[in-house]
Amino acid sequence: MTTEELLEILKAKFPGLAFELAATKPDSAIRVPAEKIGEVAAFLRDEPTLRFDMLMCLSAVDRKGSFEVVYHIFSMTNGHRSVLKVFVPTEKPQVPTVGHIWRTAEWHEREAFDLMGVEFVGHPDLRRILLPDDWEGHPLRKDYKTAEEYQGLRTAYDNLNDTPDLAWELP
Amino acid sequence: MGVLEGRFGDNILITSVDKVFDWGRSRSLWAVTFGLACCAIEMMCTGASRYDLDRFGTFFRPSPRQADLMIVSGTVTFKMASRLKRIYHQMADPKWVIAMGSCAICGGPYWQRGYSVVKGVDQIVPVDVYIPGCPPRPEALIAGLLELREKVIMKEKVLAKAAQEA
Ligand code: SF4
Repeated sequence: MTTEELLEILKAKFPGLAFELAATKPDSAIRVPAEKIGEVAAFLRDEPTLRFDMLMCLSAVDRKGSFEVVYHIFSMTNGHRSVLKVFVPTEKPQVPTVGHIWRTAEWHEREAFDLMGVEFVGHPDLRRILLPDDWEGHPLRKDYKTAEEYQGLRTAYDNLNDTPDLAWELP
Repeated sequence: MGVLEGRFGDNILITSVDKVFDWGRSRSLWAVTFGLACCAIEMMCTGASRYDLDRFGTFFRPSPRQADLMIVSGTVTFKMASRLKRIYHQMADPKWVIAMGSCAICGGPYWQRGYSVVKGVDQIVPVDVYIPGCPPRPEALIAGLLELREKVIMKEKVLAKAAQEA
């Protein structure tokens, strides 16, 4: 099934929603309104002819001004795949969770939250997953500024002659 | 050994207890099982049959309590730093640390922009031997271990050498 065919099915099922085809390479994608991603995902998973029973990857991209959340979905039953995209503004990056539809999404959403700061509304346990709990900021954002130090250890060195202080001396 | 040497018959060796212990220690440096990144793959290879670290009396123990040696093989992140320090403190004295690979020495490829990487494990624990490379080959790790052996047996000599070079 091509993305275009899937788009037609979605348009027929949700007549009020503004779906868009993003003809990107290598996979074209379907742009879904952020607040309806939960319903659309449930339909894609449960409809017998579609049966997208697997979320292969959920990732977030900083588009400067907006975040793009990308869902790569796959049907193990029917052997077809597709891509969904959701755009949210940087100031209020809130996307409904799809964790209750694909359990895989729970960790992927935590990762997107940790590194990009996208907030997944309705997520049961939205904590950092990779960085320490007391970390400040979301490092994969384009406007992220590296902190000077973390727990007393310097994070950045600008030139090669600038060497770290040893915590230990020779006896 | 001075006055006592040669006072007894054949087959009797006289030495100081420390020297015997150091000699023993240097021949059985047990490392704590613990790998952090790509360098750990090379360390595992060194431990496996082709390079066979057992030949040198080094093999991996699953508990820091039973280990003399910590091979920091790979990238130390800030999140890992506190854990690494804890493992170090859990090891019984005397203990030694090898920093394996550029990451453990200075942050490696993440030296400038790695927001989450400690720029050198010597900022957290004292390091005895540095093995450069990305990753160092197993031969280099073995060479580093043999260097450490020297250091264990001949502390004074090594310290004098270091002072001379500085
Ligand atoms: S020094 Fe190179 S091989 Fe070793 S952990 Fe760092 S990046 Fe990986």
